[in-house]
Amino acid sequence: MNTRIASALIGLALLALAPTVATGFYLDLVVKIMVLAIFALSLELLVGQTGLVCFGHAAFFGIAAYAAALLSPQSQGASLWWLLPVSVLAAAAYALAVGALSLRTKGIYFIMVTLAFAQMAYYVFHDTPFGGGTDGIYLYFKPEAKLFGSTLFDLEGKLTFYYFVLACLAASFVLLALLLRSRFGRTLAGIKVNEQRLRAAGFKTYPYKLAAFVIAAAFAGLAGFLYALKDGYVNPEILSWHQSGAVLLMIILGGLGHLRGAVIGAIVFTLLQELYQSQAIFGAFAKHWQLLLGLTIIAFVALLPHGLMGIGRQIAARRARAVAATTGEAADAR
Amino acid sequence: MHADAKPADTWLVASKVSRQFGGLKAVDDVSLTLERETVHAVIGTNGAGKSTLINVLSGEIAPTGGSVTLMGQDITRMSQPRRAQAGLGRSYQRNTIFPSFSVLENCRLCAQARLQRPWDWWSPAARCAASTAAAHAALEQAGLSAHAQQQAGALSHGQKRQLEIAMCLATAPKVLLLDEPLAGMGAEETERMLELLAHLKPRHAILLVEHDMDAVFRIADRITVMVNGRMLASGSPGEVRANPEVQAAYLGEHV
Repeated sequence: MNTRIASALIGLALLALAPTVATGFYLDLVVKIMVLAIFALSLELLVGQTGLVCFGHAAFFGIAAYAAALLSPQSQGASLWWLLPVSVLAAAAYALAVGALSLRTKGIYFIMVTLAFAQMAYYVFHDTPFGGGTDGIYLYFKPEAKLFGSTLFDLEGKLTFYYFVLACLAASFVLLALLLRSRFGRTLAGIKVNEQRLRAAGFKTYPYKLAAFVIAAAFAGLAGFLYALKDGYVNPEILSWHQSGAVLLMIILGGLGHLRGAVIGAIVFTLLQELYQSQAIFGAFAKHWQLLLGLTIIAFVALLPHGLMGIGRQIAARRARAVAATTGEAADAR
Repeated sequence: MHADAKPADTWLVASKVSRQFGGLKAVDDVSLTLERETVHAVIGTNGAGKSTLINVLSGEIAPTGGSVTLMGQDITRMSQPRRAQAGLGRSYQRNTIFPSFSVLENCRLCAQARLQRPWDWWSPAARCAASTAAAHAALEQAGLSAHAQQQAGALSHGQKRQLEIAMCLATAPKVLLLDEPLAGMGAEETERMLELLAHLKPRHAILLVEHDMDAVFRIADRITVMVNGRMLASGSPGEVRANPEVQAAYLGEHV
């Protein structure tokens, strides 16, 4: 437990100091990673902790991003105090409807139904002029936080925005960690292993799963909101099933069952993507980056069944086997 | 029902309960009662409908006919979680423990069904004193106190069966529906489980589905024999043992 808190604090300190060494492109990259880490954390609550494999998580990310862009005035920054909650609530409200229906199914059907609802949202933005269609829409001014008439901070500032995203990531991590060790979180862990047993003990599991679904969507919405602010632009692709798949890959790469795994997965996935897209390294082949990324993911999944978080355990198990083998040989020799 | 049993002592009544799966009548017109401080055993061959009966009584599946009453309240349409809250506990034939949790945590999670407080994000589940106390009490009764901190998946088979009962007890039920608690147990473990059942009897009404005939005839106050979903006979162990139909159909040379 203490090493876990220590590693989290070290990570936080590194991210807090990053702007002193990283600038421009690299600082933007760190912001992107932090936003995707919040997104991955939100899905980890569903997939890794509750055992609900949602394949439409991009919808919640995208709806909050669109809400932020559509509700921002054209000529000035909106107030953060209402734009943030309204964007997150938009995602949560959609999740309440999607969850209420899709949680009546299980397993592969749940995966398909969540995918179908996400594709519905995708085509609403893709095929109607409401959100600018395939062109997407711009968000010209980032919101500002005012208190008693004076500006507390303005997210137009690059560093301000950086630290705001970092604070959101840290807050998401802490809130989810608290949630997981509470009675609510332990019930979700029980649902993941054996939902029927919990019903026999007296838990109505459906409201728990629905609450987890909506909470996960709200955190995904926070990530989507930050994503819209980061680029100042949203298009339908952020709701596409590719995006839902990418965030699933992040948590699988990192290792299901750990919040840290989600963060590590987001870091590694984004860095691999950047690496393979780099023309400086791969030249003309860089446009086939998805091929390399796919092969790498296959290698990761084949070699690390418990994800990057499981490396330590895997090495320990191998060492224990080696020790057992040598002591076994010694016993045979005697 | 016993001639001397008062209605208030009859905690569970199943009346003409049926459950059909397609053309198969898994449970067909079964009526039985569970009285406080008694063990009512249900025996029968594999496929006689014993587990389906427990599933119907506990609310896991709905009956296609008949009614179930718990403590005088009709629970036929009540969901399983609400039945559990009303004092109906069950154990499973297969182990349903949470293998990655500690033994204590398995019981605490079940005990927390009574104190859910899902909106309280701030307090760790482990700090809930009431459910931790209930979990320890259940482990104590089941004889697993020494293993409280062990990982549940690492227990022996017999201990897992004990934990299964402890998890049921942690929810503080009045009526226990136990599905083959002795399955796969050695002689010593069986002895310990029978002691536990005898110890639970004074404060509970117990329905025991079991294959071990020696154990059933030692501990049961009432026995119901099921064949192909139907009740063949029901009565005291002596009556059931003497019933020629039962002897022909099921007990055969064992008695």
